[in-house]
Amino acid sequence: MSPVKPGYTRPLDLRHGRIDMSHGSGGRSMVQLIEQIFLSAFDNPALAARDDHAVLTTPPELALGGQLVMATDSHVVSPLFFPGGDIGCLSVHGTVNDVAMAGARPLWLSAGFILEEGFPLADLQRIVTSMARAAADAGVPIVTGDTKVVQAGKGDGVFINTTGVGVTRPGVHLSGSLARPGDAILVSGTMGDHGVAVMSVREGLSFGTTLLSDTQSLHTLVAAMLDAVPGIHVLRDPTRGGLGATLNEIASQSGVGMRLSESAIPVRGEVRAACELLGLDPLYVANEGKLLAICPADQADALLAAMRAHPQGRDAARIGSVVDDPNRFVQMTTALGGQRMVDWLSGEQLPRIC
Amino acid sequence: MKYVDEFRNADLARGLARAITQAVAPGHRYNLMEFCGGHTHAIARHGLRALLPPEIELIHGPGCPVCVLPIGRIDQAIALARDHGVLLCTYADLMRVPASNASSLMKARSQGADVRMVYSAIDALKLAQQHPDREVVFLAIGFETTTPPTASVLRQARALGLRNFSVLCNHVLTPPAMRGILGPAPGNETSAHLHGFIGPAHVSTVIGSEPYRFCADDYHRPVVITGFEPLDVMQAVLMLVRQLNEGRAEIENQFTRSVTPLGNQKAQALMAEVFELRDSFEWRGLGSLPHSALKLRPEYASFDAEQRFAAPYRAVADAKACECGAILRGEKRPQDCRVFGTVCTPDNPIGSCMVSSEGACAAHYTYGRFMTDMPTIAEKPGATA
Amino acid sequence: MCLAVPARVVECLEGVRALIDLEGVRMEISLELLDDVRPGDYVIVHVGYAIGKLDEDEALATLQAMAAMAQADAREGAQP
Repeated sequence: MSPVKPGYTRPLDLRHGRIDMSHGSGGRSMVQLIEQIFLSAFDNPALAARDDHAVLTTPPELALGGQLVMATDSHVVSPLFFPGGDIGCLSVHGTVNDVAMAGARPLWLSAGFILEEGFPLADLQRIVTSMARAAADAGVPIVTGDTKVVQAGKGDGVFINTTGVGVTRPGVHLSGSLARPGDAILVSGTMGDHGVAVMSVREGLSFGTTLLSDTQSLHTLVAAMLDAVPGIHVLRDPTRGGLGATLNEIASQSGVGMRLSESAIPVRGEVRAACELLGLDPLYVANEGKLLAICPADQADALLAAMRAHPQGRDAARIGSVVDDPNRFVQMTTALGGQRMVDWLSGEQLPRIC
Repeated sequence: MKYVDEFRNADLARGLARAITQAVAPGHRYNLMEFCGGHTHAIARHGLRALLPPEIELIHGPGCPVCVLPIGRIDQAIALARDHGVLLCTYADLMRVPASNASSLMKARSQGADVRMVYSAIDALKLAQQHPDREVVFLAIGFETTTPPTASVLRQARALGLRNFSVLCNHVLTPPAMRGILGPAPGNETSAHLHGFIGPAHVSTVIGSEPYRFCADDYHRPVVITGFEPLDVMQAVLMLVRQLNEGRAEIENQFTRSVTPLGNQKAQALMAEVFELRDSFEWRGLGSLPHSALKLRPEYASFDAEQRFAAPYRAVADAKACECGAILRGEKRPQDCRVFGTVCTPDNPIGSCMVSSEGACAAHYTYGRFMTDMPTIAEKPGATA
Repeated sequence: MCLAVPARVVECLEGVRALIDLEGVRMEISLELLDDVRPGDYVIVHVGYAIGKLDEDEALATLQAMAAMAQADAREGAQP
């Protein structure tokens, strides 16, 4: 009689184990990885069916005139773990927010992983747990996914792609091309937190700060804003390239100019300080839990009140106005009372000594 | 007192703007060269131009070590990384400067050269300690502010007996550059348009205010050593306007909270211990200037990358259409360059004036190109507040 | 040139180093280029080194001079 327990499979060594090529090969090893790490964390009926697809239910808004929205984001952030978050929760919040910026209620997420051979299973579990928590907090299930493994040296530990689907509320139409002269420009909170938090743990820039990344899902804030002001023209989250890049994109799309007031833009003292030390401009530093909104001027007060009433918008502020400008310049009155442009960035902003 | 916000007070800025507007003789030109790239940046970032009357012209000088580094020196650094397999450490400022053959340190890195950005020379030293099997080279640039840190690191390397660390030294000096701009004393046509200098803040913290005396004595040009905050710049402009109105040419120190006549003598001694003068050094845009740059002393020969590796310096001419030279000397403005804003942009820089965020062209393009037709908002005498 | 910022010295550390604070951001820097630096002093930080100390009395004097310049000409209203 064999001493081996029937049906026994040795569990993954989550403490010391690493990804190897067999985890992506489609065999037992891969199934085990999916079961023990992904399915146990993302546990929901769609995934439990163990198909390669998810069958989706029709959201009620469609019958009333709402429209389907889809957005996708790939995440390659380095380092993978940073104060206030990690690549896992970032990938959930990022795509939820992309969907939310269309004014849509996020419904489902997919998650594709590209894992590098040698990547520690402990780190993977940490990331997946974080993703699961972020998705649960946001109320948006991860209903389908995929895993691939690449050879050592061909990945940066892990790359994650998330795709999200949502549905708009009837009558709401948001787009970067809808900013109009006279509109008010608002932001939901302090600028530059995420970028500085990530930089503080990058190699070679060892500075201590209590700053945390602001990564969070903003769809409930968006819902509250649309309840108060259904006529919002533009919503966008200023991620890579920060507020400066995002405003230039919108100015270009809409064919308008913008005038900002530096003293109205909320920036934490620590972010300002870190930027001074490194020679960075907070206007171009990434945010992962903030949005900017452009709405008709006569609705700005109502919108600001709605934002400030929401926990994610306490520091919301009106920072400027859209103007008629054939050059599509974004200009700013400085805190000193001078005038400068807030131009496009060329390439990534690098720290400087000069 | 935190030394920052107090010197960015908007009310004081308005008051100083008014004072400057009232001090200038209407229609007169006051061409002031702000020598230091840090000032270029402060002026651009705070939008100071809009607060000054049109009689004031601020000319960006060559106090930007990135802008004055000849193409050939970047080529030299790239060669070390690419052909000699060294671990090349550089300040991030240099990564995108265009070199020969459409290359740059960033492009070399993307092609496999081991180029690493560091915040401090100490980081380069640490890398050498962590990788005893690799040759680590630190690409040293900068004026007298940045030179003492390099000297400190070299002294440490020598004390530690490091065998795999060296420095590619491109440190340059401020007073000789100012002399180079002004030309043979007592001045000539090419520099006649420069009326006065806004003197560097941090260089002067290190070297003191005395080294600028020759500007007044030999060239009869006033110099006001100026702090790095916008109110400092405005106060200095007012002080220079008054000097020029009164026909004075003095060395004044506006940055008294940091600069003394003799400067930081400990830092100067350290520089003298490690470095000595080169007979001559090529500056981009200014040609070869005598006794204007530093090299490592013989005692430090084993830490001198130029002696350690066979990667000689080869001079490379600027692109024909590039006006960086004239712009660095203050003879032309960015908008006078044929390729400014068209072929040459921050995304596609032809010359170094466009790459460094303190280069005259980059600063003007990024912060001020909307200002060409824009009236200043400084008050005129008689205008209501 | 030179991006440098004034920061407060929080603590002097071993090996001629110090911990500086700038609005809650902390960094270790070298004091090799200065003598006699104490916690509470403000120094100018450039590429990981303190290159100079800031004199509070002089700073206050400068601000006072600026205020005087900003007031005086507004009242007099005349240029030299």
